[in-house]
Amino acid sequence: MNTTTNKLDTDTFIKGLWKENPVFVQVLGMCPVLAVTNSATNGLAMGLATAFVLIMSSTLVSLLRNFIPKQVRIATFILIIATFVTVAEYLIQAISIEIHKALGAFISLIVVNCLILGRSEAFASKNTVGKSILDAAGMGVGFTFALLCLGGVREILGNGSLFGLPVFGQGFEPWILMILPGGGFFTLGAWLLLFNYMKERKATKAQEATA
Amino acid sequence: MSESLSYIFINACLVNNFVLAYFLGICPFLGVSGNIGTASRMGGAVMFVMLVSSMCAYGIHMLLVAIDAPFLQLISYIVVIASTVQLVEMIIKKFSPALFRALGIFLPLITTNCAILGLALFQTNKGYDFIQSLVYALGAGAGFTIALVIMAGIREDLDIADTPKVVRGTAIVLMVAGLLSLTFMGFAGLGG
Repeated sequence: MNTTTNKLDTDTFIKGLWKENPVFVQVLGMCPVLAVTNSATNGLAMGLATAFVLIMSSTLVSLLRNFIPKQVRIATFILIIATFVTVAEYLIQAISIEIHKALGAFISLIVVNCLILGRSEAFASKNTVGKSILDAAGMGVGFTFALLCLGGVREILGNGSLFGLPVFGQGFEPWILMILPGGGFFTLGAWLLLFNYMKERKATKAQEATA
Repeated sequence: MSESLSYIFINACLVNNFVLAYFLGICPFLGVSGNIGTASRMGGAVMFVMLVSSMCAYGIHMLLVAIDAPFLQLISYIVVIASTVQLVEMIIKKFSPALFRALGIFLPLITTNCAILGLALFQTNKGYDFIQSLVYALGAGAGFTIALVIMAGIREDLDIADTPKVVRGTAIVLMVAGLLSLTFMGFAGLGG
């Protein structure tokens, strides 16, 4: 990620959304992605919580980057992240008990989301505060977007609704499989297939253009 | 609290398999499941870390309840797990340098393996006593290893299979994992 240091700040933000989307391209932080996306609402809540933790811990890591000894940096990062996750957990509990119940232990498990540690290690510990915040915000939004994509598809197919509102008429037979664990794997696999396909097509087109 | 030990074991190992039903530990599941040998040894390492951290988590939970500081739970759990992983890393490095190299980056990443923190949190939520926690950890570790080894076996075959170019890589692995997850749903009701 060192190459990004010279780029414009908008690029730092945008790349997290699409080109380096944490879920679809980097395949990081899979556990919460699959576990809580059985409805669009849960996906959105999880995405926002993760983005909050990501931005806060990136900021702090970046501020402290010159004080943290290299040998214990991972442990320090994890402590910082765990602190903000605890904050996020109590926040969610205060805002909505229902969402807190639906997400359950997976809020605590944001700590071990590889994405956050990965960004702290690869970006925030080497860049200025402003850049780190932008990077974290981009990654956070990209992550939330991916969770929404997954949660939306699974809720529409598995429950016939979106954000709890019915989409199809009475005749729709919900595809229960999609909200069960297996459906998570299938949906993510399908999204990755789509992305691979698009990448492949782009590459062939570029090849044809040069040829 | 009335759950029998065998029920806890089967539940953690098969019915609610950590990888395939709870989606915990997906990163190593996708990362090190390329080869059966590495996968089974990785499973062993994870199981050991699970056992040790489960014991520590039980003690910490007692202590935190005693001093009435539940908000420290997450932070102390993660510190314990990180230290255990460090310990395992040193042991493996000393006794089996080959395995150490094979596991590579995924060894320190056990720290950020959700399955281990998840285990510590679940056992606290479920209110298991010491023996039950141990059995739960053993079952979860065994379940993780089983999932990893099955996946590695399938992937070894996939490598030599003639798959379309688009599906190669993570996409097909996820599809296979979905099928495995469906299969494991067949175990539902086994422990009841």
